Amino acid sequence: MTALAENLWLALAIGVAFGFVLERAGLGNAVKLAGQFYLRDLTVFKVMFTAIVTALVGLALLASVGAVDLGRIELPATFLLPQLVGGLVFGAGFVIGGYCPGTGCVGFASGRLDALMVVAGMVTGVYVFGEVFPLLAGFYSATPLGPVTLADLLQIRFGIASAMLAGFAVLTLVGAEWVERRFRPVERLGGP
Amino acid sequence: MTPARAYWNPYLAGVALGLVLLGAFVLVGRGIGVSGAVASVVATGVEAVAPEHARAKAYFDAYLGDGTVHPLANWIVIEVVGVLLGGLVSATLAGRFRLAAVDRGPRIGTRSRLAFAFGGGAIMGFGTRLARGCTSGLALTGGALLGVGAWVFMLAIFAAGYAVAPLVRRQWT
Repeated sequence: MTALAENLWLALAIGVAFGFVLERAGLGNAVKLAGQFYLRDLTVFKVMFTAIVTALVGLALLASVGAVDLGRIELPATFLLPQLVGGLVFGAGFVIGGYCPGTGCVGFASGRLDALMVVAGMVTGVYVFGEVFPLLAGFYSATPLGPVTLADLLQIRFGIASAMLAGFAVLTLVGAEWVERRFRPVERLGGP
Repeated sequence: MTPARAYWNPYLAGVALGLVLLGAFVLVGRGIGVSGAVASVVATGVEAVAPEHARAKAYFDAYLGDGTVHPLANWIVIEVVGVLLGGLVSATLAGRFRLAAVDRGPRIGTRSRLAFAFGGGAIMGFGTRLARGCTSGLALTGGALLGVGAWVFMLAIFAAGYAVAPLVRRQWT
């Protein structure tokens, strides 16, 4: 690890930038976040997919000119079943609570009481997990695939996989615009 | 009260978010997480209340480390302090800071909404630990590195979100 990687001021600065952009995008607002799941407001999907493709394509370009070594970037390891089940549990909690952890922090930082409750709930959920961990330890470490990428899985180069995902993103984002127009609630019609 | 400014265009916000993530990848060699910091805070809290219990529970013990460094003096905890600061600064500058505001649909009371928020947060917190990450540290970070587990996690979030949404529609619409 380099000195820069351990620099806590840099950690603070990256966090500030992250929180600032999330708030600017409107992702500190639970009604906007939950709108994703009623197809009324697809901001979550648009921001998230655009961010993923921006970072991915940027990384692939930097790697292709040798400015970045992809092997030195920490890729979260895959544990197929626990991440599938964890995602299902998480998704249910997300639409019930209205925030994910990062957006909950931003909602709380902008004064929202419901976001504070989500953060308090999250602390409770993590605490309970720690208490019951011995019962779940087997499942927690089940189906380990290591730090494997979609490019490894398809046996294609990282750059090619990045370009494919970027193309797929353009198609789905065009689709998202269409869905939003179709499902946006009609204002000024009156009545409940 | 001054009217709040409009939110950024989602595509511009997405590019900005992607550049922040890319900056973290290039400068630090890792992405941006949140739920790991919550685990550090919880482990530290348990240790403050019941030190022996915290050390006896393997999951908390792992977050407390060997005692040479304070468990809150780590990269992700400081980064999340930054997230809070960045959110506060942005909301304040945009005229969007509202103390004790509660986001909810027109058909639900404040108390019920707060109860749902707590319950949803607890379920979600549990899910983050099972999956070893959240929308930031696993879905966004791992997704941008083409991680298989990250994409499985992300698809599962959306699947469950859409499946459960009709049950809590009263809360939002």
